[in-house]
Amino acid sequence: MLAAIGAIIGRDVRLALRHGLDSLLAVVFFILACVLFPFGVGPAPETLARIAAGVLWVAALLAALLSLERLFQADYEDGSLDLLALGRAPLAAIAAAKIAAHWLTTAVPLIAAAPVLALILHLPPAAFGALVLALVLGTPSLSLIGGVGAALVLGSRRGGVLLALLVLPLYIPVLIFGVAAVGASQIGLAVQPHLFMLAALLLVALVLAPWAAGAALRQALE
Amino acid sequence: MTVSSLAALPGLQPEARAVFADAVFTGAGLACERGGRRVFHGLSFHVCAGEALVLVGRNGSGKSSLLRLMAGLSRPAQGALTWNDGDIADDREAHHGRLHLIGHQDAIKPALTVRENLGFWARYRGGPGAPARIADALRAFALERLADLPARYLSQGQRRRLSLCRLLASPAQLWLLDEPRSGLDRAASESLDAVLARHRAAGGMAVVVLHGDDHPPAARVLDFDVSGTGARTDPC
Repeated sequence: MLAAIGAIIGRDVRLALRHGLDSLLAVVFFILACVLFPFGVGPAPETLARIAAGVLWVAALLAALLSLERLFQADYEDGSLDLLALGRAPLAAIAAAKIAAHWLTTAVPLIAAAPVLALILHLPPAAFGALVLALVLGTPSLSLIGGVGAALVLGSRRGGVLLALLVLPLYIPVLIFGVAAVGASQIGLAVQPHLFMLAALLLVALVLAPWAAGAALRQALE
Repeated sequence: MTVSSLAALPGLQPEARAVFADAVFTGAGLACERGGRRVFHGLSFHVCAGEALVLVGRNGSGKSSLLRLMAGLSRPAQGALTWNDGDIADDREAHHGRLHLIGHQDAIKPALTVRENLGFWARYRGGPGAPARIADALRAFALERLADLPARYLSQGQRRRLSLCRLLASPAQLWLLDEPRSGLDRAASESLDAVLARHRAAGGMAVVVLHGDDHPPAARVLDFDVSGTGARTDPC
């Protein structure tokens, strides 16, 4: 089963690299959304520094959502999902593998771009560490929760809008603790409690999301 | 299909092929519903090792639905499918491991090369000797010269041949083929006949949806258009 999971992750990462532009779309959106704020609220460093954490997190969350709709859709449309379901791996493992590939190809570039954007938004350099750590712990939860949504809307028309309505409310806890971690480090408070909460959310998502996504995929196949 | 044309087909050396155990795949009293409408009912079939079952019938009579039931992708509204007296729903993963399904959709990723597409499914399904099997499969359907071409440049018939290559890239006893000849030229169609004959000689089974009269030799036929209690085949 591990070989099957590895094969799926390897294929999806390779596909993302071949479709270079499609994969870059999320990170380009992330950069543009963040760069718009200095134009919108003015270039005053204090104002920007105060909203930087929230802006970065909301933009990252929306960027992750952009690419989620295609997570299972392409495999569903070309019949690959049928054949994946006919392999040795249970559907929950298939969902987990595809979600892992989504995180690798979407969230990792976002995390890499975040410090540069933090610089533009005048986030104090002391908070960069907290930002990156919070993103590393928070974005897998975004991919996992989004994976359940993507599996649920599979085969429906206007799936993208439905997916946003379904998933965005569930992103709120990750958003709260992600922003709080950066905020705490900005005013010199302990960052750890917020990071632990993000880690706890991730553990819950890791246990529940693949199973729920697998059940939703079974529904879509029948 | 003559013996000489079988031998002329490279990549199908008998010693390289798995020989499958004796088995029987049956369905009894099957009913299928799609979207609340009853597609067929009272359908029964038997397939034994080395046999081919041909499904014929008008459009929409449920041939493709039956293939999905046989694959365990959906459940019958009534009746049961058994493999050697064990219900396939009891151990879905074991059943999946012994079958290949070639449906209408070809599951080909345009951005990957022919070899990468096939290699992924071989790796995903597992089984011994994957590189050699992939090379054999590409040779059997005359795709070895296109092996490093991105699949987006393939014609319809070439995509079909690439789908059929999956049959040989990893071993499975039960082949479920939905109109495998659609889009194939004569040479490819003959390759398919040869591959099917070799599969059956090794104890494999095939269930094939066909529209023409070009049936494999000595195949059982399950006709979906018979009226009354439903289509059925004789027991083995």
